[in-house]
Amino acid sequence: MPVARYTGRKVLRKEDPRLLTGKGQFVDDAHLPNTAHLALLRSPYAHAIIRKLDVSGARSLDGVLDVLTGPDIRGQVETIPSAAALPDLRIPDHHMLAIDRVRYSGEPVAAVVAENPYIARDALDRIEVDYVPLPAVVDPEKALEKSSPVIHDQWKDNVAGTMQLVSGDIEAAFRKADRIVKVRLVNQRVIPVPMEPRAVQASYQPGEKMLTVWSTTQIPHTLRSEIARLLKIPDNRIRVLAIDVGGGFGSKANVYPEEGLVPYLSMRLGRPVKWVETRRENMLCTIHGRDQINYIEMALTKDGRILGLKVRVVVDIGAYLAMLTALIPTLTAIMSPGCYRMLAYSFEMTEVFTNKMATAAYRGAGRPEATYLIERIMDVAAAELGIDPAEIRTRNFIPSSSFPYTTRTGLVYDSGNYQKALKKALDLAGYKQLRKKQAQMRKQGKVVGIGLSTYVEICAMGPARAFAAGGGWESATVRVEPSGKVTVLSGASPHGQGEETTFAQITADELSVPFDDVVVIHGDTVAVPHGIGTFGSRTTAVGGTAVYMSAQKIKNKMIEIGAHLLDINPKNVVWRDGKLASKTNPKKATTYQEIVRAAYSAKNLPPGMEPGLDVTSYFSPQNFTFPFGAHVCVVEIDTETGEVKIVKYVAVDDCGKVINPMMVEGQVHGGIAQGIGQALYEEAVYDEGGQLLTGELMDYVIPKASQLPVFTCDRTETPTSVNPLGVKGVGEAGTIGATPAVVNAVVDALAPYGVTNLDMPLKPEKIWRILREKTSHRGTETQKYRNKEIAKLGVFVA
Amino acid sequence: MKVPITVTVNGVRHSSEVEPRLLLVHYLRDVLELTGTHVGCETGLCGACTVHLDGEAVKSCLVLAAQANGCRVTTVEGLASDGELDEVQRGFWEEHGLQCGYCTPGMVMIAHDLLRRSPNPGDAEIQRALGGNLCRCTGYQTIVASVRNAARKMRAKKPVAAARRRR
Repeated sequence: MPVARYTGRKVLRKEDPRLLTGKGQFVDDAHLPNTAHLALLRSPYAHAIIRKLDVSGARSLDGVLDVLTGPDIRGQVETIPSAAALPDLRIPDHHMLAIDRVRYSGEPVAAVVAENPYIARDALDRIEVDYVPLPAVVDPEKALEKSSPVIHDQWKDNVAGTMQLVSGDIEAAFRKADRIVKVRLVNQRVIPVPMEPRAVQASYQPGEKMLTVWSTTQIPHTLRSEIARLLKIPDNRIRVLAIDVGGGFGSKANVYPEEGLVPYLSMRLGRPVKWVETRRENMLCTIHGRDQINYIEMALTKDGRILGLKVRVVVDIGAYLAMLTALIPTLTAIMSPGCYRMLAYSFEMTEVFTNKMATAAYRGAGRPEATYLIERIMDVAAAELGIDPAEIRTRNFIPSSSFPYTTRTGLVYDSGNYQKALKKALDLAGYKQLRKKQAQMRKQGKVVGIGLSTYVEICAMGPARAFAAGGGWESATVRVEPSGKVTVLSGASPHGQGEETTFAQITADELSVPFDDVVVIHGDTVAVPHGIGTFGSRTTAVGGTAVYMSAQKIKNKMIEIGAHLLDINPKNVVWRDGKLASKTNPKKATTYQEIVRAAYSAKNLPPGMEPGLDVTSYFSPQNFTFPFGAHVCVVEIDTETGEVKIVKYVAVDDCGKVINPMMVEGQVHGGIAQGIGQALYEEAVYDEGGQLLTGELMDYVIPKASQLPVFTCDRTETPTSVNPLGVKGVGEAGTIGATPAVVNAVVDALAPYGVTNLDMPLKPEKIWRILREKTSHRGTETQKYRNKEIAKLGVFVA
Repeated sequence: MKVPITVTVNGVRHSSEVEPRLLLVHYLRDVLELTGTHVGCETGLCGACTVHLDGEAVKSCLVLAAQANGCRVTTVEGLASDGELDEVQRGFWEEHGLQCGYCTPGMVMIAHDLLRRSPNPGDAEIQRALGGNLCRCTGYQTIVASVRNAARKMRAKKPVAAARRRR
C-alpha cells in the first residue's frame, strides 16, 4: 500500500470541533423527559455505627419520589466488585449504601430521588441519623499495631493483603556491598480531579426490557457486566454509553455504588434517573491515588554499581476495595528495579485498611511509586558516594544490547536504549554548563538545584496471562460502508486521549482513503464490539492494533475482490493512485468504489467469499510494552518565601513509533503537569478523625497555568515488536518521569543545607522552615557574602 | 415562589419563571438546554462554567439566574457562526489546546474576554488571565499557545473589518 499520509504526522483532532463549540455529549448533557434526580446522604464520620436512620422527614417533602437505605436494598442488589489481585486478599462486603456501620467520611448512607436536584438535596437535610462514632484509623503504620481499632470485624487486624517477591540472593548482595544506603519515602495520597466530576444517568424501556445507562466511565463493557451482576439482569438487556468523558486519569476505571444505584432506581421508579457528582463528592468519594510508605535499602560497590535492592512498602488502601485497589501496588513491586541491572531484589508489601476513601488507579498507577523510589535512592546513593547523578545511572543502565531483557521481577523488557534518552535529555538541558552555572549561583547565595530521572514503565496492558481474570486484549471493527466511507468501531473508550483521530489516521493510511472519510465510534456497547477500555496507556498500542488488523483484513478482501473483477491473480495487483491495477499492465485497473459496489452487490465475488466489507478483530498482546525516558528539571528556590520555581524542564520520552506527534506531546505535557502537581502542590490530607481537610479545589491545589514551566520535549524512537504498529503508549509517561525529577532537583538545591531527603508535596512552607532552621551555618555564609557585595558598593553597613 | 426573568442568550430573548435560587449555569443547561457550559465545581474555582454576562466573563455557577434578568448572556454556543469556528476556537484546534474538552468552553470564553481587553498579550499575561480556569489534561502550555494563536488571527482579521467599515 502507499506511503503513510497521516500516521507520524500532526493531524488536527476530529474530536475538537464538537468540543470547541459546546456540542460534546457528556453524561450530564443528555436531557431525557421526566427525569428524576438522585442525591446521596453521606456519612460525616470516618468510622461510626449507625444506631438509627429515620428517613420519614425526607419522604414527606413535596417533590420527593423515593428514599432508600442500605437495609432497604439488601439482598436485592449485589455488592461492589473488586479484583482479587493478591492470593491472601481480604475483600470486605462493599454495599452500595452502608448497612449498620460507616467506614469512611463520605460513604453513602441513604439515597433520595426527587423531581429536581435542588429538592433532592433539600431532602437530605431532613434525614435523621443517629451515629455512634468509633475511633478512626488514619495512619497506616499505626493501623498495623495490635492496639489499633479494627475496621472490618470479621478479621483480627487491618491487613488487607500482602505480597513478597525475592529474586537472587539478596542477603549475599548486601554482604558484598561497600556501601548500603537507606531512605524512607512517603508517596502521599493524591486526588485525580478530572475536570468533569462523575455522573450517571439511566433509563429503562419496559417494552424492550432494555436498560440504557450513561456513565462517565473508562470501561463501558466491564461496567455493563457489573451492572448485570449487581442488578441480576442479563448483560444483553443493558446498553452502556460513555461518549464524551471529561478526563479520568484512572479514577473512572472503576465500578462505583452510584453506577448500581441509578439504574436500580430507574427500573424501580419507571422513569429516567440522573445523578451528577458535586466537586466536594468527587474529592471525597471518587478513588484517590498513591499513598505508599516505602522503606528502601540499596547495596552498592564503591564505584556506584548496584548489587541489591530491598523495598518494603506499606500501602494505605482506605476502607474498601475499589476494583483495582489491591492490584496497583503490585505494579510497584514489579517495576521498582527501574532501568537498572542488579544481582538481587526483594520486595515486601502490606496493604492496610484505614478509614479513608479507597485508593486505586491514578495516572501511572503503581509505576510512579516505583520510579519515585528507585530514582530517589539513586540520587541518595550518588550523593553518598560522591558520584554525579547522571554518571551513577549510566553505570547501572541495562545496556541497549541486552534487549529483550528479563528483569529481576520476571518481566521481559521489549526494547530500550536508556543511555541514548539520557544523553539527549542532558544535551538538551546543557547539563554540564548547568552544573557550572549552579556552582556560580550558589556562591552568589542562590538556592538552585538540578534533578534527573530516568524511567521505564510498563504499558499497553496487557497480556491476558498477566491478570487473574485474563482479558488484556482490545477489539475493533472496521467497516467500509456502501458509499465507500469508513466506520471504525472501537472497544476501547478514550476520554480525552484523542483516539478518534489516531484510529482514523491508521485506517485512512491502511485503506488509502481520505482522513475525513473515516468516522470512529466508541463508548456505546450496542454499537461497538466487546472491549476492555482505556487505561494503562493501552489504547493505541492494543486498541489501535485491533483497528490496524481489521483494516488490513478489509484491504486484503478488497484486493481479492478487485483481482477477481480484473480476472488476475491477487498477487499480481497493486494499489496505485486510488486504483487497483495489474502490476504488469497498469491500464488493467479497477477502482476502490467499484470494489465496494461489488462487495455489496455480491453478484460477482470470488467463489465462496461472503458479501460485505466489515471485519472485527481482537488483538491480544503477548507482552507488555516498556516505554522509557529521561527528564531533567532545574529549580530555583525563593529564600524569602520557600517557593520552588521550575526554571527549566526537559523531557525526552521514548514511546516507540508515533502516530500523531502533536498528541504524543500533549500527553507528555499533561502527564508532567500532574507529576509536578504531586511533587510540589497536591496532597489529600485527612485529620486524626478521618476528615478530609482538602475537600475542595480551594484546599487541594491542582496546578494553575502560571505554576507550570515551559516544557522542552523531545523523543527517541525505539520501536517494539510486541505489536505491528511498533507503538508503546505514552499516556502516563510524563507523570512517571516528572515527580522524581522535580523532587531530586529540590533536594539537590538544598543539599548545601544538609538536606538529603524531603517528602512531598514540597510546598513553600515546608521549604521555608528548612531554610530557616538550617540558617545557623548557612545564614552566616550568606550574610558574609552579602556584606562583601554591599561593601564593594561602598555602602556603609551598620 | 418563582420569579419572572427575561434574558437574551446568544442573541435570543428568553422569558422564564425560575426559582430564586436557580443558578445561571443550571438555567442555561437545564432550562435552555445549552449544555456547552459545564459545571466543574459549583464554587467558582474551576472556571468550566465561564460565560459572558453583558460582555464580561463571569462564572455562571456564582450568578443566580434571577440576577441575569435583563442581561445579555453569551455562551460557547454563541461563538461559531454558520458552523465555522471563530478565531479563538480555531486557535485552540490548531495548537492542541484541549484534550478531554470539559474545561474548553470556559477556556474559550475567558480567552475572548482577555483578547477583547488586550489584543496582543504576552505569555505571563495569558497565564494570569487563565488563573481562574483549571485544566487537568494539557499542562496549559498548548492553551497559552492557543490564545497567542487566536490573538494573531484576531489581529489579522481586524484591519479588514475596520477597512470594510471605512468603506
